Amino acid sequence: MRSRISQSLSFVLLLAFGLGLAGCGTESSSTGADGGAPASYVPPGEKDNYYLFYSGGHSGNVWVAGLPSLRMIQKIPVFTPAPGMGYGYTKETKEMMGEYTWGDVHHPGLSKTNGRYDGRWLFVNDNANNRIARISLRDFKTKQILGPIPNSMGNHGSSFVTPNTTYVLVATRFSVPLPKGTYAPVETYEENFNGIVSGVKVDSTTGEMSVGWQIKTPPFNWDLGSTGKGPSHGWAFWTSYNTEMAHDSLEINASQRDRDYAAFVNWKRAAEIVANGNAGTRNGVPFIDPAEHEGVMYYVPVSKSPHGIDASPSGRWIVASGKLQPTATVFDFKQVLTAIENKDFQGEFRGVPVINYESIVEGEVPVGQGPLHTQFDGEGNAYTSLYIESSVAKWKLPPWDEATAQDMSKAVVDKISVHYNVGHIVIGGSDTKDPYGEWLVAMNKLSKGRHISVGPSQPETSQLIDISGKEMKMVAEAYTPPEPHFAQVVHKDVINPVEVYEQENNTHPEAVWEQQNTGVKRTGPNEVTAHVIAKRSQYYPDEIEAQVGDTVIIHLTNIEQVSDMIHGFGIAEHNVNAIVDPGETKTMEFTVQKAGVFPFYCTNFCSALHQEMQGYLAVRPQ
Amino acid sequence: MRLFPQSLPDVLDRRVTGTGRLLLMAGALLIAGAIVLPLWQIHLVAPQYQEGLDMYIYSHKLVGGNEGQDITEINGLNHYIGMQAIQESDFTEMQWIPFALGVFVLLALRAAVFAKVSAVVDLTVLFVYFGAFSMYRFYYRLYTYSHTLDPRAPVDIDPFMPALIGKNQIANFTQYSFPREGSALLLLAIVCFVGAMWLSRPAHTSEA
Ligand SMILES: [Cu+2]
Repeated sequence: MRSRISQSLSFVLLLAFGLGLAGCGTESSSTGADGGAPASYVPPGEKDNYYLFYSGGHSGNVWVAGLPSLRMIQKIPVFTPAPGMGYGYTKETKEMMGEYTWGDVHHPGLSKTNGRYDGRWLFVNDNANNRIARISLRDFKTKQILGPIPNSMGNHGSSFVTPNTTYVLVATRFSVPLPKGTYAPVETYEENFNGIVSGVKVDSTTGEMSVGWQIKTPPFNWDLGSTGKGPSHGWAFWTSYNTEMAHDSLEINASQRDRDYAAFVNWKRAAEIVANGNAGTRNGVPFIDPAEHEGVMYYVPVSKSPHGIDASPSGRWIVASGKLQPTATVFDFKQVLTAIENKDFQGEFRGVPVINYESIVEGEVPVGQGPLHTQFDGEGNAYTSLYIESSVAKWKLPPWDEATAQDMSKAVVDKISVHYNVGHIVIGGSDTKDPYGEWLVAMNKLSKGRHISVGPSQPETSQLIDISGKEMKMVAEAYTPPEPHFAQVVHKDVINPVEVYEQENNTHPEAVWEQQNTGVKRTGPNEVTAHVIAKRSQYYPDEIEAQVGDTVIIHLTNIEQVSDMIHGFGIAEHNVNAIVDPGETKTMEFTVQKAGVFPFYCTNFCSALHQEMQGYLAVRPQ
Repeated sequence: MRLFPQSLPDVLDRRVTGTGRLLLMAGALLIAGAIVLPLWQIHLVAPQYQEGLDMYIYSHKLVGGNEGQDITEINGLNHYIGMQAIQESDFTEMQWIPFALGVFVLLALRAAVFAKVSAVVDLTVLFVYFGAFSMYRFYYRLYTYSHTLDPRAPVDIDPFMPALIGKNQIANFTQYSFPREGSALLLLAIVCFVGAMWLSRPAHTSEA
C-alpha cells in the first residue's frame, strides 16, 4: 500500500516538474568524430558551445539554435504574435508591435564593444514595414521596435552594427517619393523617387534606439551592407542594384549596366554634420543631402548587380560580390582613403564622387557562379556563398603571392557543394575583429528532396560545415521554417541570461506579490481592473466579475522565482492568452462583448495540478 | 587503586593545568564560532532539481539556498502534500539557542580563569545536555512538519520521518541531512573540555 502511494506520488510530482531541465551536462567536445558520431554531435544532457541566431524572414521572428548541434532551442517573437509566449496578446506587446502583425526579418546584428560581440543586444530589421527591433540577450525578449522609420521604405540593408554599437546602420531597398505619403506617378521614378541610408543611434546604457541621421540617395535599390573597422572604422558599405533606376521589369531593366554602385559612407562625418547643426530635417529626423556635404558619401563601381559586401576582420579588405558576375571583388580600403585624399575620381553621380575603380581594386577572385555573401575565418580565408552553383568557395584574402596575383583562380583553395541554392552563410564572429573560425552554416533556400516529404510547403535547409581543417567538411544538416536569411553566431560564454525575473527587479507598476493585495475592483463606469497572481497551481483571485461593455484590465504576476516555472492565462472565446515567466507581470486589456461565464486557465503546463489551475470570467448582461 | 567514584571529589578539587586552560579558551572560541556558522544542512535532490534545493540551519536563522529562494520552493512543493510552510519565525529555538551558546562561551571562559576541574565538569555536562536537547528539538521539528499534514491537501501521503542525519527517499525527492561546520565546532568544543579534564587527571604517582 505504502509503496503504491509513494509510487503514484512520485508519478504525480514527476509530472509536475517533469518538464524540468537536467542541465548539468559537461562541455561538449565539438572536435573528433569518435565512434562514428559526427563532429557536431552533442549528446543528450550536454550543451552546445555557440548560440546561432537565425533571422526568421517573413515569419517575423528570430530563432535560437545551438551550434554545432543545429538543435532549435527557442523562438524569439519580434514582429509576429506568438501565442506560445503570449506575445502579441498582452497590452505591452500589442503596443510594441503597433498596427502590424508581421515583419520580414533579414539580418540580425549582435551588439559589439571594441569590435567584439558583447552579448548585450541583438538587432533585427523588418524589410516589410521599415522597422528595426532590439532584443535584449539578458532575457531573450524584444524590448523595442523602432519605426516605421521616417523616409525609409524597404528596410533590407540592415542591421549592421558599428564596432561600439554607436549606430545600427540601415538602408532602403525600395525608393518612393519623399516624404512618405507623397504621391508621384511611378513613371517619374528617376526624378521624384529617393532612397536613403540611415544611422540608428543606440543609447550605450539602455540600448534605446532613435534615428541619428539619414542620407538622401538616388533611387538605387540598396542591398546588403557592413560596417568598417581598423582602417575602415567610421565607414559603412552598401551594395546596390538598379543604378539604371528602372521602375518596371527590374529583372531585365535593372540588369543592364556592367557595374552598379556601392556606397561607401563615412558615418562619423554624418554624425558630425548633425552635431554641428548642418543637417536639414525631414519628417522630424536629421536629413543630409550628400551633394551638399563633402566627404560623407562616395560611390564605388562594383561588378554587375552586387549583393553582399563584407569587411574583413582587419577592416582593410572590402569584398563585394556581383551576383551576375562570377567574381568576388576585393577593395583595399587603404587605397580608398588615398583615392579620396587625391580626389582620384572617375566622375560623379548627382554630386557624389565615384571613386576610380582601378585605383582601389586589389583583385577580382573568380569564386564561381552567383556569388552572394562572404564570411571570414580570421585565418586569412574568405568564404563566399555561390547561389547559382549551390556551393561555398573558400579563398585566400590578400596579400597574394605573385603567381596568384597573375592568376586569381589560384586564390580559390576549396569548394564544397550545398543543397541547394545557398543564400547567406555565417561564420561566428565574422563581422568582428576575431572570428571563431570553427564552423560555417550555409542557409540554403531550397531543400527539395532532402527530407521526408511534407508536401508542397517546404522548409529551408541549414548545413553545417566544419572549416577547422584545410578542406571544408559537410557535417550535418537541419531544417527550419521559412526562412532564415542571415544569422549570427556567438560563443555561449559571451551571453549571460537571467532565467528568473527577481522580485526586486520587477518594475511593473501593477505587480502584486501577496495574496492579500490581489482582487477585482470596478475602476470606472465601464472598467474593471483585476490584480491576479499565478503560482503553482492557483490563481488569486480565480473569479473575475464584469458586465457586458466593460473594459477588463488584468495585471497578472507570476510570483514563482524558479527557473522554467512559467504560467499562462488563456480566456475562452476572448482571443486572450498571456504567458508570464517567473517574476514577470503582464497586462491584458480587452472589452467584454458577450454575457456568459468564460473559463480562464493556465495554458503553459506548470505542475501536477496544472489542469486545476483555472478560474472564471463571469460577465453579466447589461 | 581506588575506585573512580571514590577519587572523584579529589579530582574535582584539582586545578586545570596551563594547557588545559588554553583548551578551555579554545572551546569558548569554537562555541562563539558556531553561533555564526551553519549547524545543519538539508539538501533535496529530484530529477528536475539536479542542482538540489538547500536549507541551512543556523543557531539564529534559517537560510534557503539560491538566495533564500529554495525555502520558498520547498514550501511551494510541500503545499501539495499539505505540509505547513517552513518559516524561521516558527523556530522559537532560534531565539534562545544563540543566547544559550553565549552563556556557554562565558562559562568556558569562567572555567579557564578559575581553572577548577569541577567547573569544567559542570560546563561539559550542561553543554552535552544542551546539545542533546537541541538535537531533540530538531528531531521534534522535523517530526511535526512531516506528521501534521493538512487532510485537504491535493496529494495524500502517509506521514513520514525525514532523515535527521543521512538520507531518505520521500516521493521523487532524495533528502540528505547532515551537520555543517557549526556542529563540528560544537563537537570540537566538547573534545576540548574533555581534553582539559584529561590533562588535569591525577598524575601517575597517585595511581600507584
Ligand atoms: Cu500554471
